[in-house]
Amino acid sequence: MTAGTEAPTVGLTHGASEDTGLGNRGPQSKSIVVPYGFWLFVLSDIVLFSALFATYASLVHATDGGPVTNQLFDRRLVAIETVALLLSSFTCGLAMIAAKRHHMTGTQAWLVVTGLLGLVFLSIELYEFTSMIAEGAGPQRSAFLSAFFTLVGCHGVHVTAGLLWIGTMMAQIWAKGFRQDIVRRLLCLSIFWHALDIIWVAIFTIVYLIGTLP
Amino acid sequence: MTDHEPDALNVAPGAPHDSLYSETISYVIGLGLALLLTAISFWVASTGLLWGPGIAVGLVVLAIAQMGIHLVFFLHITSGPDNTNNVLALAFGVLIVLLVMIGTIWIMAHLAANMGPPPAITNLQMQH
Repeated sequence: MTAGTEAPTVGLTHGASEDTGLGNRGPQSKSIVVPYGFWLFVLSDIVLFSALFATYASLVHATDGGPVTNQLFDRRLVAIETVALLLSSFTCGLAMIAAKRHHMTGTQAWLVVTGLLGLVFLSIELYEFTSMIAEGAGPQRSAFLSAFFTLVGCHGVHVTAGLLWIGTMMAQIWAKGFRQDIVRRLLCLSIFWHALDIIWVAIFTIVYLIGTLP
Repeated sequence: MTDHEPDALNVAPGAPHDSLYSETISYVIGLGLALLLTAISFWVASTGLLWGPGIAVGLVVLAIAQMGIHLVFFLHITSGPDNTNNVLALAFGVLIVLLVMIGTIWIMAHLAANMGPPPAITNLQMQH
């Protein structure tokens, strides 16, 4: 390990802390404070999504005579999207395990796999959006479709941002090595990416599966 | 197995031990459980064996379970002392999410029930 004072971290758990929670030892180290602050951001992002979910649930029947959920969604595509995003969450964790051990090839390889799986997810989503718009089921068709494109599109925008972030982090690790601040940024990226998968669980259940019940 | 190292007792429940094997197996278990719950969700949604009106509730329960799996095995939310702040923030986040979603759906459903033409007429218009 490096000569630094900070213990490595996986996810939100601080790896090798001696803190028992029983005493005041001054400010916590950055490897605890930075993930905590980022966790607060992620939670507020989830609150933002809860508002979009509530909007969608209120408007799902306001179809204005246009297409309804049962006619629009293809469960097979959603299943592929779900598995791709879940696997990318898994490989993101493997990249973090490799990064904790300052293993350059492993980290870069798992980050590439994570990004590619995210790209698979995003392409399927874009394909679904373009074919819906081509069928005349664009966001301007009805209140239901506006809410649908806002909710799922917002998640898609987050995935896009995550993909850009993965690319930047790969470049930073490559150029600067496993410096402590770089590893903390990587940790925040992994928290962000896992949170996107949690939101997708809600989307595929509420929007796609419940929407296509007979 | 040489996994019975002395630090085994110093790890909070849910937190991976500080070894490559233990950390990897945590993600593998998480992936397996998440895949299983996803598969059950898709099966529940397409089978005709279950009581129709209960399926939506069952799907929501499965989704919440899967979110819990993600939190524990991927984000490593644990019961350890380092995690108290994370857990409290999560609890507050969940409270706000529930207030926003349940409150909105409740109130908007009442508004929809109290205003506009009855559902039967709207449905007739929607069929054309």
